[in-house]
Amino acid sequence: MPAVSKGDGMRGLAVFISDIRNCKSKEAEIKRINKELANIRSKFKGDKALDGYSKKKYVCKLLFIFLLGHDIDFGHMEAVNLLSSNKYTEKQIGYLFISVLVNSNSELIRLINNAIKNDLSSRNPTFMCLALHCIANVGSREMAEAFASEIPRILVAGDTMDSVKQSAALCLLRLYKTSPDLVLMGEWTSRVVHLLNDQHMGVVTAAISLITCLSQKNPDEFKTCVSLAVSRLSRIVSSASTDLQDYTYYFVPAPWLSCKLLRLLQCYPPPEDGAVKGRLVECLETILNKAQEPPKSKKVQHSNAKNAILFEAISLIIHYDSEPNLLVRACNQLGQFLQHRETNLRYLALESMCTLASSEFSHEAVKTHIETVINALKTERDVSVRQRAADLLYAMCDRSNAKQIVAEMLSYLETADYSIREEMVLKVAILAEKYAVDYSWYVDTILNLIRIAGDYVSEEVWYRVIQIVINRDDVQGYAAKTVFEALQAPACHENMVKVGGYILGEFGNLIAGDPRSSPLVQFNLLHSKFHLCSVPTRALLLSAYIKFINLFPETKPTIQEVLRCDSQIRNSDVELQQRAVEYLKLSSIASTDVLATVLEEMPPFPERESSILAKLKKKKGPGAVSVTELEDNKREGGELNGSSDRGPDIAAMAASNASTPSPSADLLGIRSAAPVGAAPTSAGSLLVDVFSEAGPAAPSLAVNDDGFLRDLEQPTEASDALLVEGSGDSDSAPPSEDPAAPLSEADELLNKFVCKNNGVLFENQLLQIGIKSEYRQNLGRMYLFYGNKTSVQFASFSTTVTCPGELQSQLNVQTKPVEPIVEGGAQIQQVLNIECLTDFSDAPLLNIKFRYGGALQNLTLKLPVTINKFFQPTEMLSHDFFQRWKQLSQPQQEAQKIFKANHSMDTEVLKAKLLGLGMALLDNVDPNPENYVCAGVIQTKGQQVGCLLRLEPNAQAQMYRLTLRCSKDSVSRRLCELLAQQF
Amino acid sequence: MTMQFMLLFSRQGKLRLQKWYVPLSDKEKKKITRELVQTVLARKPKMCSFLEWRDLKIVYKRYASLYFCCAIEDQDNELITLEIIHRYVELLDKYFGSVCELDIIFNFEKAYFILDEFLLGGEAQETSKKNVLKAIEQADLLQENLDFQMRLFSGVMVPNMASESSGLFQN
Repeated sequence: MPAVSKGDGMRGLAVFISDIRNCKSKEAEIKRINKELANIRSKFKGDKALDGYSKKKYVCKLLFIFLLGHDIDFGHMEAVNLLSSNKYTEKQIGYLFISVLVNSNSELIRLINNAIKNDLSSRNPTFMCLALHCIANVGSREMAEAFASEIPRILVAGDTMDSVKQSAALCLLRLYKTSPDLVLMGEWTSRVVHLLNDQHMGVVTAAISLITCLSQKNPDEFKTCVSLAVSRLSRIVSSASTDLQDYTYYFVPAPWLSCKLLRLLQCYPPPEDGAVKGRLVECLETILNKAQEPPKSKKVQHSNAKNAILFEAISLIIHYDSEPNLLVRACNQLGQFLQHRETNLRYLALESMCTLASSEFSHEAVKTHIETVINALKTERDVSVRQRAADLLYAMCDRSNAKQIVAEMLSYLETADYSIREEMVLKVAILAEKYAVDYSWYVDTILNLIRIAGDYVSEEVWYRVIQIVINRDDVQGYAAKTVFEALQAPACHENMVKVGGYILGEFGNLIAGDPRSSPLVQFNLLHSKFHLCSVPTRALLLSAYIKFINLFPETKPTIQEVLRCDSQIRNSDVELQQRAVEYLKLSSIASTDVLATVLEEMPPFPERESSILAKLKKKKGPGAVSVTELEDNKREGGELNGSSDRGPDIAAMAASNASTPSPSADLLGIRSAAPVGAAPTSAGSLLVDVFSEAGPAAPSLAVNDDGFLRDLEQPTEASDALLVEGSGDSDSAPPSEDPAAPLSEADELLNKFVCKNNGVLFENQLLQIGIKSEYRQNLGRMYLFYGNKTSVQFASFSTTVTCPGELQSQLNVQTKPVEPIVEGGAQIQQVLNIECLTDFSDAPLLNIKFRYGGALQNLTLKLPVTINKFFQPTEMLSHDFFQRWKQLSQPQQEAQKIFKANHSMDTEVLKAKLLGLGMALLDNVDPNPENYVCAGVIQTKGQQVGCLLRLEPNAQAQMYRLTLRCSKDSVSRRLCELLAQQF
Repeated sequence: MTMQFMLLFSRQGKLRLQKWYVPLSDKEKKKITRELVQTVLARKPKMCSFLEWRDLKIVYKRYASLYFCCAIEDQDNELITLEIIHRYVELLDKYFGSVCELDIIFNFEKAYFILDEFLLGGEAQETSKKNVLKAIEQADLLQENLDFQMRLFSGVMVPNMASESSGLFQN
């Protein structure tokens, strides 16, 4: 093996590096670097041409300086020059510099691409590899444009060296990830798939990564890879530990390739071909058997490699979720690992068991390990392992063990690490609610939660307990008693005061019979906490007080006195002052009846998904998120962690809504339409949705002022009938030659056609426009019928279709001009050919101009071409549906809306609409038969976008929740917008 | 199975090698590096080699004075990544002959070249030790400019911290 000197030693570089290392201070280092930079700059600018060696040395020094963390703004040109050197080491350093430092400098990219092109065509495998490595390292769009069509050819050519094939495969993978639209496998597909059969293990190892990525995006085109992968895997699994020579790693044959093969299979459902499936099951069994064999080596590398394959096999078994026998065996194997002495294995076993817990076949088997897992939560020394144990407890929880698990989690919370407390709190809150048999247990649990970890109890948690108490009258008395007792503690958390204030304000009367908790005792207890609390909590307490005046007239003088004192009525905080003033006035002038109406008990909250669950989902960020999104998530994460500070703001918002009647303050949050911007501006930034993910909903605190508000509300939706007439009217149309702006109702007209293809698009006194359309794949044809309703001829009749803005590049609409004359009572027809190039949001505009009795008519409509028209329905089974649903789990792939029903919620009507949408309506998929799920693929010229839809009606609340998951996030959003108008 | 990036840093927190397989701005890279170095260095020796960090999984292992730290995606296999690290250390060891941190400091470009032969675009390209080293050797044989060849460590006075010159495999 080469000694260190075998490299291309550069003495100057070594000297420079030691100089830097000799520097005693950061300043000295910077000084030395600046000196070097000046030197290199002068060398590069000097008259004397530098030889290749010097250039290489200086470029290498610049690289070193950059890697130390300093900016480098020159030397790129010299590095590019090195690329065309015929000395390998110079070329190599040039490429390294480019790989590390290049940005999309257009001038340079052209030169670099030129050099790469030369090397690719050099037929020198070493040079070709260097060039491919550079493309793979930089992976820019410009490079994809230049080389995406060339590399597949290199990859499959018969005379390409193996090492070049390996680089080409991974290079192509990188380009595919950067610019999938530029990498078109088409004719190469089958030859690429067959690389799985290649003689050279290295080629297979590299190619399979490419095939896996392509299969994820185009499963159908690549599905032949399944049987090839199974037979390759089978050969490896059954080979002796020495058969594969250098591809055997610590007595494990080809561990990397095995893992990649098992990973590739996870892109597909279980093989349909019985023989292939049998062979695969055999492989999986062999892998499970091997785990029981004595190790062939004591080295950790041996066991790691072996277990890496085992865990990947278990992932595949879980992915199939169809072989009960294998699932239970997997679970038993993981059970053994739970007590393994290697921390790594314990960690992974906990992690993997989490997914097993969600399979119906292995849920019970997982549950048998509960004691071990609880023990891990208590005794593991590494917080990451404890976190996994907590996750697993959460996943294995059901009605049978909920009390035990919740109790263990609560007791763990007392000593839990700060880093995981908030998540633990959310989990306890969710489990307590989900598996509550008696709600007094639930109330106890949540109050314990606040007591133990008050700082980590986010507003969702304490709002939720209030929501539940309000909605369940069997627990209200118990809740009042329990909070009253909890408030007795000399120091209790502010969140406890909030819950206490709210609940006593609503239900204090239920415990007022007991002299130990008489109205005045209750009031004094609450008020004793008042001065220690933040402004938002005080605001909440003031509202509780006014509720007290209604519940217990005997407290009125005491409370009025409190409200009247300077510290309230002249409080420097405007919110507190306003409340004090208004409540004082209200209690003085309103009759008992009015007071009772205004301050009536809160009506039940509409049932909906727990906002806590939503929060946990958000926090855990399902699935992988690429690094580029990390920044956003980080911010989000920070916000979540800081949410204990945010809680009061919410209350402030709620408070401000409660005392500042505003037409849009939709207290119950039922109408998702209530716009955030319409809230009082001072509170706008505080307006955070606390009860659901949909429209803003502020809790109305103790004051039931929605009674006031309902009357103040403006009707937000005018009826449809009003809209059809209007500005299209001949008299009011502006006589202009420019296309008129789209009708104000154009959007409503558009919405009418989302779920249907034929009908009357527009009608006024003069003109009726009918529409008929049909769509296939990414193409559509639309027939427009213009009918003259008058007896007078339309002259200079002309229509134009335009695609505004970016729609131009997304949709291609072609048509021929129409006859310029439309006789009275006659109808003319126009055909539009439509091609969908990529997904889009806007609608094309149709402008119509004609003269009627000398007056120019000019109107513009939106053509009902919406993205869903290009759907191909996809039938799939429940299993496949949920598998795909899981695959589309990145947060931005999902769009969700909760909204009020605008139309009939009748099943047949809904079904007809969903079918009209163009997706396949899937039966027997959703466990809840009330729900609807649909699947479809949007066909555009450039790509196919898979879409899954779930619509959950709640007939009682007259609401829907609509969820869309699409492989493209813009599509999810657009479809969600469109559909929310339909139901 | 894509690796997002690989970082090598010393116990003192000095970055020795960085390889990014996803496009990120320099600013983001620096931020991630700072944060991760801090997180990993704060962990105790017997803790597990994996941690959740942001939405990624971090797999790390210490060899003598150097930490090798990889970021992989949620679905990826931790154990096989741990062995990716080990195989890379083996490759360095074989090439430099009992590799130590100093070899990587002074021959950083070689460390990059070896990594490129082994992993490309974040995926294992060639897992055979022989084949990777053969590729690097061939490259070394191609060089003509032998005038300046020297043993780096005999020609230059190198101030070492003892830890930097201890073989990665000796601990």
